Amino acid sequence: MLRAALRWLLSSAALLFVVTALTFVLVSLAPGDAAKAILSNQSSTYSPEQYQQMRHLLGIDQPLPAQYWHWLGNLLHGSLGTDLFSGQSITDALGERIGPSLSITLGTVLLSGVVGTGLGVLSARRAGLVGRIVDAAALAGFAVPNFWLALLLVELLALKLTVFPPGGYVPLGASVTGWLHSLVLPVATLSAGGVAFVAKQTRDAMTQVLSAEFVTMLRARGLSTRSIVIRHALRNAAGPVVTVLGLLLVSLLSGAVVIESFFSIPGLGQQAAYASGTHDLPMITGVAFCFTVLVVAANLLVDLSYRWLNPKVGDA
Amino acid sequence: MNTKRERSEVSLSLSGGRLAVATAGAPVAVPPGAAAPASRRSRSRLRWRPLGLVSAAYLVALTVASLSAGWWAPIDPERQDLAHALAGPSAAHWLGTDRLGRDVLIRLLLGGRITLVSVVEAVVVFAVLGIGLGVVSGYFGGWVDRTIGWLSDLLLALPGIIVLLMVLSVFPGETLATMVVLGVISCPLLLRVTRGVTMAVRQELYVRAARLSGLTPLRVMWRHILPRLAGPIIVQVFLFAATAVLVQGALSFLGLSAPETQGPSWGNMVGEAAAVTGQDGWLAVPTGGIIALTVLALGLLGDAVHDAAVDRTRSAAALPTRPARPAGPRHGSSPTAPPGPAQHPALLSVRGLTVAFDLPGGPLTAVRDVSFDVSPGECIGIVGESGSGKTVTARSLLGLLPPHGRVTGGCARFDGLDLTALPERQLRAVRGSRIALINQEPMSGLDPSFRVGSQLAEVVRRHRHVGRAQARAKAVELLATVRLPEPEQVARRYPHELSGGMAQRVSIALALAGDPALLIADEPTTALDVTIQAEILALLRDLRSRLGTAVILVTHDWGVLADVCDRAVVMYAGEVVEQAAVTDLYRAPRHPYTQLLLRANPHVAPVGDALPTIAGTVPAPSEWPAGCRFRPRCPYAEDVCGSQAIPLVDVGSDRTTRCIRSEQVGTR
Repeated sequence: MLRAALRWLLSSAALLFVVTALTFVLVSLAPGDAAKAILSNQSSTYSPEQYQQMRHLLGIDQPLPAQYWHWLGNLLHGSLGTDLFSGQSITDALGERIGPSLSITLGTVLLSGVVGTGLGVLSARRAGLVGRIVDAAALAGFAVPNFWLALLLVELLALKLTVFPPGGYVPLGASVTGWLHSLVLPVATLSAGGVAFVAKQTRDAMTQVLSAEFVTMLRARGLSTRSIVIRHALRNAAGPVVTVLGLLLVSLLSGAVVIESFFSIPGLGQQAAYASGTHDLPMITGVAFCFTVLVVAANLLVDLSYRWLNPKVGDA
Repeated sequence: MNTKRERSEVSLSLSGGRLAVATAGAPVAVPPGAAAPASRRSRSRLRWRPLGLVSAAYLVALTVASLSAGWWAPIDPERQDLAHALAGPSAAHWLGTDRLGRDVLIRLLLGGRITLVSVVEAVVVFAVLGIGLGVVSGYFGGWVDRTIGWLSDLLLALPGIIVLLMVLSVFPGETLATMVVLGVISCPLLLRVTRGVTMAVRQELYVRAARLSGLTPLRVMWRHILPRLAGPIIVQVFLFAATAVLVQGALSFLGLSAPETQGPSWGNMVGEAAAVTGQDGWLAVPTGGIIALTVLALGLLGDAVHDAAVDRTRSAAALPTRPARPAGPRHGSSPTAPPGPAQHPALLSVRGLTVAFDLPGGPLTAVRDVSFDVSPGECIGIVGESGSGKTVTARSLLGLLPPHGRVTGGCARFDGLDLTALPERQLRAVRGSRIALINQEPMSGLDPSFRVGSQLAEVVRRHRHVGRAQARAKAVELLATVRLPEPEQVARRYPHELSGGMAQRVSIALALAGDPALLIADEPTTALDVTIQAEILALLRDLRSRLGTAVILVTHDWGVLADVCDRAVVMYAGEVVEQAAVTDLYRAPRHPYTQLLLRANPHVAPVGDALPTIAGTVPAPSEWPAGCRFRPRCPYAEDVCGSQAIPLVDVGSDRTTRCIRSEQVGTR
């Protein structure tokens, strides 16, 4: 157990190191820099002296390894630096934006998990028509681009029927119903693919488990179909399903970028898209760091529940 | 009995909020006795194949039209016509016009070029890296494998879309760079699949032979390993191509890659449609629709190509998905006369039992006209070589035939009920409480996710009206009944923490939980060590005398038969060939097959002599000869044996044989 924890810690640290270092390298390769962006923001003309001064002020006149070293030093003190443009602390800025992102992501995982698992179990039990419908729905859910689905949903439910707001985000603290209301369309959009995906994986896992010898033996012992399917088969299929939910979570964390922009939700993804357009190195690195931490946490969660679900892994 | 399961490897790609999934390592669980499980897959494949063709045709047409649109386009894609802006479909503009009055169809076809080129770029990188690294990793193993594995884990953990955004900030609007990076960060998906298959193929005999014969690793990989990878690779590549279409569309929709200034692309056209939401709903339909259609076509084509390339058989779920008793016509022979007047009223009376499997080529009879009786407390042995239909016979009594198997004739009377005609609900009341089953591989019969005690307690509560605590106590008691030392402690274990012998004792305890009148033990000792075998047999004998349970013991081992059973039913090629008291059978077999089997029995063959064997093997159900099925292997066979079906005939009291020359048996 200790060994596994140590290994996890080491590989997570290595991942964080690689991602952030990669960010530094990539940003330094980009044409233009933050000094130029800030100065041209303030006035149309600026002198080379001003430019050099600004570079020095921002610390980007130093060699890249030195900059990275400095960043790592700050990290140890719990600081991710400050936004080059607003001067806001990056940890604060990310803290504001993580709420909306997690709301959408977890909402989608929850909905996909519940509906997808239900549909998957149902279609594993009824191979004929229901199975084919789930197959077709899974394919459709995969094929429909989410930005297009968002467009269609907004067109229909926000503009024509005005049931839901076409965009924006209401924090949970401000109004619970407003929060739920603002989440419906983004979560529905992302869940189309999620439900289809989880349903298909659940179906495959359930079909496989249901054809196992121990299921025949459970029947031979006279157990009810309900107990066999829900208590035994689903429990044994839960490993793959949890793995799939974890992957969904990880992919949504970064994949929500498009949906956040579409629904103008002030989340991490939107911030990432914005920062990469303005060469805001501390912000880009901060977002990348934050994403990687979330991914690591999600993977840990999956790993732990997998151990909990599968007794064979538990004592390995 | 093959119940080995491979854990299917689930792999996904995560980009643009989308997932591509592929499952590699076809999970195949062949049910016992099923000669060739008719796969539901094979039927659905026929259904899907036309869709695969349509998809291929669509993709080819799209490619040709997109690449050549520049030459033949009758309308300039940039020609504006503000008077007809945002018009719906018309004869002049088949798919309508955008907000500048430009023709949507032509712009979509031109935009398709960006998508096609992007997909090719991404797929090439994906395939080269994925296959290359996967084969190398799987072939060489060791530190090469570990290094590549670490790298691929790292790539998979990268937040994909953030990496793409960073790349786009370095190369603004550049599609090539984005797609190359997409290929790189997604390649672990293909790499894992390739590595897995390579490792499996590498161990196969012909590849090992090729390696030993001095072929260079490169040649071995190229000649022997790559061809085997076709199926899994195809699925992954097509799924990834579909993902690439979606990612390119999403980035272009955001205006980050292939922005509108570089000409039309599918993504930026959806973006335009988004800009006019509220004014016009039509524009969104063809622009997003073409992306969805293309992704769909790629997915379907991948499926179709894969199915055509790889012959997968997949067994259906073991649980009945329809009413357990299919309404199919019952054909087959009329039941033969009961084998002599039974001295006691029989507990179970099987007459003319016939079982068939519904295969694509029509029903195939696996067991025909089986009749026998079991008296209360009696132990009957069903004996025969593998493939003789023993297990199918045993399982059909509990309605537990593998998928596509069904009883097509005869009956099995038990407690005044015909087991073969009972609906699933009523069968459930019999299973476990009146008739219990012990299977061959004890481990595979236990649910791996539950502790022994909890599995036992559940079955106890199913059959006796007791509370949780009482069920728990009864579970421990049962474990003690099957002579497991420290039953309390065993109850807390998971199945994988048991030895084979312990697992078999646990499954016997499970079978006893409902206090059954009849125990069907299907080769209960075959999977165990010899010393453990003897212990389990002793336990069965002991339980029988203590509890008075009748037993049907399915075995191919004469030693086991002589050890435990009172009477024996000898089966060959799906038929009963002889039936007699075990002592009579040993003293004077009346069927040539029994005689030869006995001679081939290591327990009785003279020490020092070579063990005689029966030439040939049991024929598969599709190859059963007309007349006597043992004729091709029989030393007593005459022409007349092949001309007619041989009936079971009485030879002495409570003794039958299916041989017309039974008088001669023993003379050769």
